[in-house]
Amino acid sequence: MLPETLKHELQEQIARVAHPREMAIDVINALQDHFGYFSDEAVTQAADLLGMSPLELDELATFYTFIYREPVGRHVIHVCDSLICWMENGENLVAHLCERLGIQVGETTADGLFTLLRVCCIGYCDRAPAILVDRKVHGPLTLASLDRLIDTLKERHS
Amino acid sequence: MTATYPQVLLKHRKPDRITTLVEYREAGGYEALRRVLTKMDRQEVKTRLADALLLGRGGAGFPAGIKVQTVAEDAPFPRYLVCNADEMEPGTFKDRVFLHAEPHMLIEGMTLAAYSIKASHGIIFIRPEYESAARILEREIGIARRDGLLGKNILESDYDFDIVVHRSGGRYICGEVTAQINALQGIRPNPKQPPPYATDKGLWGKPTLINNVETLACIPHIVKNGAQWFKELALTPEAAGTKLFCVSGRVNQPGCYELPLGIQLSEIIETCCGGMKDGATFKACLPGGASTGFLTVDHYHIAMDFDSLKKVGNRLGTGAIMVFDHHTCMVDVTVNLTEFFARESCGWCTPCREGFPFLLDLLRRIENGQGEVDFMPMMKTMCRHLWKSYCAFAPGGVASIESLLEHFEDEVMAHIEGKGCPFKK
Repeated sequence: MLPETLKHELQEQIARVAHPREMAIDVINALQDHFGYFSDEAVTQAADLLGMSPLELDELATFYTFIYREPVGRHVIHVCDSLICWMENGENLVAHLCERLGIQVGETTADGLFTLLRVCCIGYCDRAPAILVDRKVHGPLTLASLDRLIDTLKERHS
Repeated sequence: MTATYPQVLLKHRKPDRITTLVEYREAGGYEALRRVLTKMDRQEVKTRLADALLLGRGGAGFPAGIKVQTVAEDAPFPRYLVCNADEMEPGTFKDRVFLHAEPHMLIEGMTLAAYSIKASHGIIFIRPEYESAARILEREIGIARRDGLLGKNILESDYDFDIVVHRSGGRYICGEVTAQINALQGIRPNPKQPPPYATDKGLWGKPTLINNVETLACIPHIVKNGAQWFKELALTPEAAGTKLFCVSGRVNQPGCYELPLGIQLSEIIETCCGGMKDGATFKACLPGGASTGFLTVDHYHIAMDFDSLKKVGNRLGTGAIMVFDHHTCMVDVTVNLTEFFARESCGWCTPCREGFPFLLDLLRRIENGQGEVDFMPMMKTMCRHLWKSYCAFAPGGVASIESLLEHFEDEVMAHIEGKGCPFKK
């Protein structure tokens, strides 16, 4: 269930714009933050709030990189694998993360802390190789600085 | 080293923060807007843009002065002005650098462009990776509004205009105009084939002008200093203005540099970027993002402007220069680029959806030593098929493959005949 406060907040935001559906991504993001991912329940809630059909919401949700229709970990790590990060050995970062976290790309760690995904060019080619953790950029990274970053995130939850 | 050339957009760039509204106004900011609202009519603004030969900086290079005139005088209201801050072309990060430096220059440029077409609503469409820029913009829009520079009766005139920031869910194709309009309306952002054009029936069926961040940022300067001044900024007679070049890859100092259009590629690499990394030799570059073709050593001294690149069958694109050295395998580079396009294809039309995975398979086989001579004509044919897709995504996406086959045929053949990548031996 969506808490009443969040629901009212979103209803107010939607009421302020000329066309409710222009708020679709903002509403999806808000519900995703609340539920941890854009669940089936969230799809229905978003559809009700926006006056759109669940199908229309799903059409959006399945299109965008940063909307998750399946559960993800507390921290989503996106490793850029486009040209410049790839040339700067970004693949080593992927291999290292897979080994360190014990998962493959697309998977979530058993403790639910990390999900590892690939992403296309994130616009930080001057800081390659770069990754996003929860949409925040880190780079240029070495295997050592990547390890420190993971350590810091883990400590936050220990 | 770039200080020897006049700086316009990044003149007051600071290492760690934006130029505040107070600082921007002290440096003459919002003067152009005041002058336009008190002394100039709309047509004068449009004429000045056309005379300045300002070409769109987002990749397509369409003349901004012509685009603005395609909004008909008797077109319906409300009219929209959209700033495209999606910047998802691989290798491109100039708008990110600019937005973290001069948000008010963009706000002023948007207001001027909007005024020229009588638009009342401004929208900045921004990619999710640039959340920090989105927050800066929202804050500075609020500050500008409090100072009477946005909102109702701007600078006590009878003109009303306001701006909102629209966050994307993140997908490359959203940079395409028709896809962006769908995205803004909460519709799955597949591109649509015009007509109608956005300036005729765009957002919510109303006239919509969409310009890139850098294009809009040039407008206050053109209005203030005139078309002739803008044209003289460039080093070649056909070109006009400065350009934000963002350089990455095998150079010593990758970064975003504001340079005159028409500057030689060799000067950018050697003087601005401190030369090639580890003393390597320049082999090729992509001059303007992943959707442009390879520029080889034959064009090492080419003038970097729209016309000069067009003359050699290439494009300036976004000005994102990605540099490769003699250790770089061009087949491998093309595999990476094609992976990007195969993944980012929106899947709407068949040539693009099916063509990129097909090309990727052939390229991967060549790179892995299972290539055959027949693959080359097969790829050429498939690239031509991809030109039949709905939008510019696929023709851009095959640019690297077509130029690989044109300029690096020997290297491709070495993979096929040697049954493996010669760079991995």
